[in-house]
Amino acid sequence: MIPLLQVTGLSKRYGAHVGCADVAFDLWPGEVMGIVGESGSGKSTLLNCLAGHLAPDAGQVIFDTREQGPRDTRAMTEAERRWLARTDWAYVHQNPRDGLRMGVSAGGNVGERLMAVGARHYGDIRGQAQDWLSRVEIDTGRMDDRPGTFSGGMQQRVQIARNLVTGPRLVFMDEPTGGLDVSVQARLLDLLRGLVRRLGLSVVIVTHDLAVVRLLADRLMVMKDGHVVEEGLTDQVLDDPQHGYTQLLVSSVLHV
Amino acid sequence: MTDQAYNFAYLDEATKRMLRRALLKAVAIPGYQVPFSSREMPMPYGWGTGGVQVTAACLVPEDTLKVIDQGADDTTNAVSIRSFFEKVAGVATTEATAEASVIQTRHRIPETPLHAGQILVFQVPIPEPLRFLEPRETETRVMHALEDYGLMQVRLYEDIARHGEIARAYAYPVKVEGRYVMDPSPIPKFDNPKLNMSPALQLFGAGRECRIYALPPFTRVESLDFEDYPFTPSKAAGQDCAICGASGSYLDEVITDDAGGRMFVCSDTDYCATRVQEASA
Amino acid sequence: MIEVSGAGKRFVLHNQGGAVLPVMAGAFLDVKPGECVALVGPSGVGKSTLMRMIWGNYRCDEGSIRVAGLDLRDAAPRDILALRRDRLGYVSQFLRVIPRVPALNIVAEPLLANGIAEAAAFDRARSMLERVNIPQRLWSLSPTTFSGGEQQRVNIARGFVQHWPCLLLDEPTASLDADNRAVVLGLIREAKADGAAILGIFHDTDARAAVCDREVDMNDFTPREAAA
Repeated sequence: MIPLLQVTGLSKRYGAHVGCADVAFDLWPGEVMGIVGESGSGKSTLLNCLAGHLAPDAGQVIFDTREQGPRDTRAMTEAERRWLARTDWAYVHQNPRDGLRMGVSAGGNVGERLMAVGARHYGDIRGQAQDWLSRVEIDTGRMDDRPGTFSGGMQQRVQIARNLVTGPRLVFMDEPTGGLDVSVQARLLDLLRGLVRRLGLSVVIVTHDLAVVRLLADRLMVMKDGHVVEEGLTDQVLDDPQHGYTQLLVSSVLHV
Repeated sequence: MTDQAYNFAYLDEATKRMLRRALLKAVAIPGYQVPFSSREMPMPYGWGTGGVQVTAACLVPEDTLKVIDQGADDTTNAVSIRSFFEKVAGVATTEATAEASVIQTRHRIPETPLHAGQILVFQVPIPEPLRFLEPRETETRVMHALEDYGLMQVRLYEDIARHGEIARAYAYPVKVEGRYVMDPSPIPKFDNPKLNMSPALQLFGAGRECRIYALPPFTRVESLDFEDYPFTPSKAAGQDCAICGASGSYLDEVITDDAGGRMFVCSDTDYCATRVQEASA
Repeated sequence: MIEVSGAGKRFVLHNQGGAVLPVMAGAFLDVKPGECVALVGPSGVGKSTLMRMIWGNYRCDEGSIRVAGLDLRDAAPRDILALRRDRLGYVSQFLRVIPRVPALNIVAEPLLANGIAEAAAFDRARSMLERVNIPQRLWSLSPTTFSGGEQQRVNIARGFVQHWPCLLLDEPTASLDADNRAVVLGLIREAKADGAAILGIFHDTDARAAVCDREVDMNDFTPREAAA
């Protein structure tokens, strides 16, 4: 077995400002890695570089493709990267409006990825969309409604269904529970946790919410000012933080 | 002002050369939208400025020109463009499809089958089939480049989900030679099959949008659809033309009085008149 | 199966002037299959700390800790997770409750994670819940609203639902009534008979006497600075 994603020396600068510097890690199949840090710590920059939305200044992002084995995604053509993005990769945005087409029905949103990889049978597409909407606990009676008529939590679940319908192996998540009420968050987290375990997904999840990574992530990377200051097993990093910044982060969490 | 005040076919030679270069590129890459530097024409946008420029670039003094608007030779747009070219190019004009060497059309393809050597020039309002699905022009260009056409299919999916069938009746998107998705201009989908493997050269000009695209003769043109919801060219159900009795042509609904009276007649006036003439002969 | 050799641990509090707290030094321990060893000593002496170092959520700063063949000091996160999946079990006093997940699923989860078929896993989970006297009407509910004792018993059911070569027990009988306490002691005996190497903390001296083969005094591993 080889890692699904091998990242080495990944750096991105914005002029004099460091976005992220010299990040390296291996992500193995079925592994969930959390990236935590406060706003501006570079975690979103890192995620965008990993997902190919931003071009890093240096470093490699090597993905184990189905057909050709490990390939540096930076050396791929835009067409290849986009193909990956709609087949083996998925990206869940914090704001569902960024990840959904608001003018298209929920079913159409889920079906789009299938159609983008060549599905041309309406009945099959609709059937799969229905199946995925029910898996994310959306009443299939509402599949022809536009996401604008849904609550934030439902929109986020539609976004997840849309992302998972093509059976991706690697999912990037950017604060997936960010803008949601606490009760809605809990439901979404539980759903995500179930899907991740059942489908054996590899996930890179960016969040500032330590409870989210405690629940979802196998391992953790802590970022500060663009640098990874600590990484390891999730409960080890949270229960026995070694770096001063991590200690501060962990001790700042309010317990109710 | 005398006719001699104009260069042949209104446009100066340099402009026609620019247009012809764009046309050659468009013919070389069927279905691909080629940018061109559209000129101000002596008519408002939306009245066929793109088509007129393409026609001007194609015309030679020996040509016979036919101009139709929604199939008719005698509507305002058709009459004025025809007289425009009579004046600035001095070419012969005709209403007979078979006799024309260049046909400029708005929103129809003639019923009479076209033959080799003819050029059909379409007036195009919006050349980008992805326009209302993806607002960024930069992104739609990338989507064409990468054949990223899932979104186009989503539009058809939405139709079926909402209306039980693909409701799009005109400007029905097509795929050209299995590569580019193209907007065939607002022709009724009834005309879509005529685009496929046509012996005539089909040119599309969008003046306001500065785009030209083309279908060289005998190009494969497929209307997008689903396996279980195949494309069907439709016409007004169960009606024949009230004038010539044609059963297989595209019909216009004509309101005849204010008491609900109406009739269906061929939208292609030349086709209809020819049939009436043949019947009486 | 559980071998601790010269293990030491200190906390460095970077946000409190970099204060260094040595909490353990030179810890030695060797638990063989079928053996149950109790960690003893007053509270604060580091019993839970050592348990956590073996579980892997505390880092081992000196010496080595080997569990079922894995050296925890050098192990990658995924190796530790694999260890926890199939070789090392942990029954703590407190259940980490996840909203919306029913008690039955919580108990069955370790089996499912090891690829046991759902039907078999749930059958086994049901018999475990029955054994620890959780009323059947509660099985399909999330333990969020359960009493402390019920939560603890769900946790015990989860801890014993599969056969672990190594098992850590943190006060498994605390706050249980006599009947349930007997059930838990029975489970521990069965695990021993199955060949599990068990390391536990038992404040309940009767329970300790009933199941433990020997005791290890944590006072022996107290760093000199801290003792002074």
